[in-house]
Amino acid sequence: MLPDGLVVVVKHDCPTCKMIAPVLQQLAAAHPLLTVYTQDDPAFPSEVPGVVDDTSLEQSFRLGIQIVPTLVRTRDGREVARAVGWDRSEWESVSNVAPLGSALPGSRPGCGSLTEEPGIAERLAVRYGNVTFRSRRIEIPESTDPIEACYDRGWSDGLPVVPPTPERVFAMLKGTRRAPQDVLGKIPPDYADCTVEKVAINAVLAGCKPEYLPVVLTAVEASLHPDFGLHGVLATTNFIGPVIMVNGPMARAIGMNARGNAFGQGNRANATIGRALQLVVRNVGGGRPGEVDRATLGNPGKYTFCFAEDEEGSAWESFAVERGFGKDTSTVTLFVGDGAAPIVDEISRTPESLARSYAACLRAAHHPKKVIDVAAFLVVTPEHARVFQDARWSKQRLKTELETLLQIPVRDLLRGAHGIEAGILPSDAPDPDGTLPKFRTGGLNIIRAGGSAGKFSAYISGLGSITINPVTKEITP
Amino acid sequence: MTDVQTLLDPTAELSPVLRERRSRPSSLEGLTIGLLDISKKRGDVFLDRLDALLRARGLTTKRYRKPRFSILAPADLKQQIRAECDLVIEALAD
Repeated sequence: MLPDGLVVVVKHDCPTCKMIAPVLQQLAAAHPLLTVYTQDDPAFPSEVPGVVDDTSLEQSFRLGIQIVPTLVRTRDGREVARAVGWDRSEWESVSNVAPLGSALPGSRPGCGSLTEEPGIAERLAVRYGNVTFRSRRIEIPESTDPIEACYDRGWSDGLPVVPPTPERVFAMLKGTRRAPQDVLGKIPPDYADCTVEKVAINAVLAGCKPEYLPVVLTAVEASLHPDFGLHGVLATTNFIGPVIMVNGPMARAIGMNARGNAFGQGNRANATIGRALQLVVRNVGGGRPGEVDRATLGNPGKYTFCFAEDEEGSAWESFAVERGFGKDTSTVTLFVGDGAAPIVDEISRTPESLARSYAACLRAAHHPKKVIDVAAFLVVTPEHARVFQDARWSKQRLKTELETLLQIPVRDLLRGAHGIEAGILPSDAPDPDGTLPKFRTGGLNIIRAGGSAGKFSAYISGLGSITINPVTKEITP
Repeated sequence: MTDVQTLLDPTAELSPVLRERRSRPSSLEGLTIGLLDISKKRGDVFLDRLDALLRARGLTTKRYRKPRFSILAPADLKQQIRAECDLVIEALAD
């Protein structure tokens, strides 16, 4: 409930507020119901008696002050008129006192209200703005290091997490238009409801900026798509973890790295988006190493493995376009990967030779005798891409060529062949003189990423299974 | 120091806010028992008696001592106890 009469909000740090101090003095004399709130200095303005200390900014927040000085006229506890900054005629009209401040210039813009300062707005919203969270509030003593408290509760992947305070979660949720209680799905292995709010809390833990949240939400949704097979992915003894690739304008807007060191460290969006997905799996799903996660070795990408496809530097259509999405659509593709295996060929200058290099390396993925149960994303970097571009090889042509080169003679795959006990059984291959494909249809994909120097490419191998497939989803705000 | 910090729970909230104690072993058979004297007066009297009783039952014990009772056990002492014992009994006496 506002006091009846006139309300003015000022701060000492504002030259316009200082300039109008005589006006406030004049109003105080003319108007018995004047309340002056001061945001920074309770002694300002000294000319006016009974200034109200609003260093907590509660009244400024409740009044929705954006600029100081602001003059508000109230009746029956409600606002009926407002003047922002200093404008003599407006102030005279709102206050019904004239003439006002005759010695002052006719108008002066005000200054930003302290309620608008970065970080302050979130704090005030949480404190006074009826912000509610459905998630449990955990109170820890003021003397406890909140990062250690997060470790103690098992919320971390091993690296420090950002403590999920209500203010940070509130700010994170501003990154999406989705309602906090929207359920994205049930997340294994515990099959708990995964809400937008829970994802936002884990995005805070991971170090995301609010503008990354739509990407994280889409990655979580992709992980819950039945085609992805998340339960198997997180529980397997295999090396794999989820890999996130972002396509479209969103990747550029949030500054993701598609170029030099795209799979490496140093880019906040790449690092934290991939980490956020893994923290959601850990904390909401309950998928923890040593428990349901039975990985024999795992891989470092299980901390985070996230990058953008290099679309601007590529003559080929992007992976998302191949999957039927528009060039200007932002998407997340989620697939499984066990790390990046290098393909180092600094000599080949013809597409035929380079394709053979790729095939020779890809053939060894998981094991030279492993076929069909392995999948791979071949990552072609700029220097190699130029060889194909100069020879006018489309991505599809390279893919077709690789499919031919990766037909493996059955005799090389059989158990015992080449003195290696591992291999396929004769019953797995109807024609002993025939061939088997290294990858099942759709199991080998080609994407573009990487820095401009280095005649290297790479492949990200992963489990090839009919129950574990890449999932591409459009990012919605 | 009465203020608290608030964190929002990132989990599915399937476990209580207060962490549950680790369950006690069903039997002491074959376990090595650490006896930790926190260096508070007369704690050793209690531990000496406990030590004798445990040994009388044929159990293995090992003795440890904190430099003073007002501090957390130093990391190397905790690591040593973890490496050498299956469980630890700490005496608080006055």
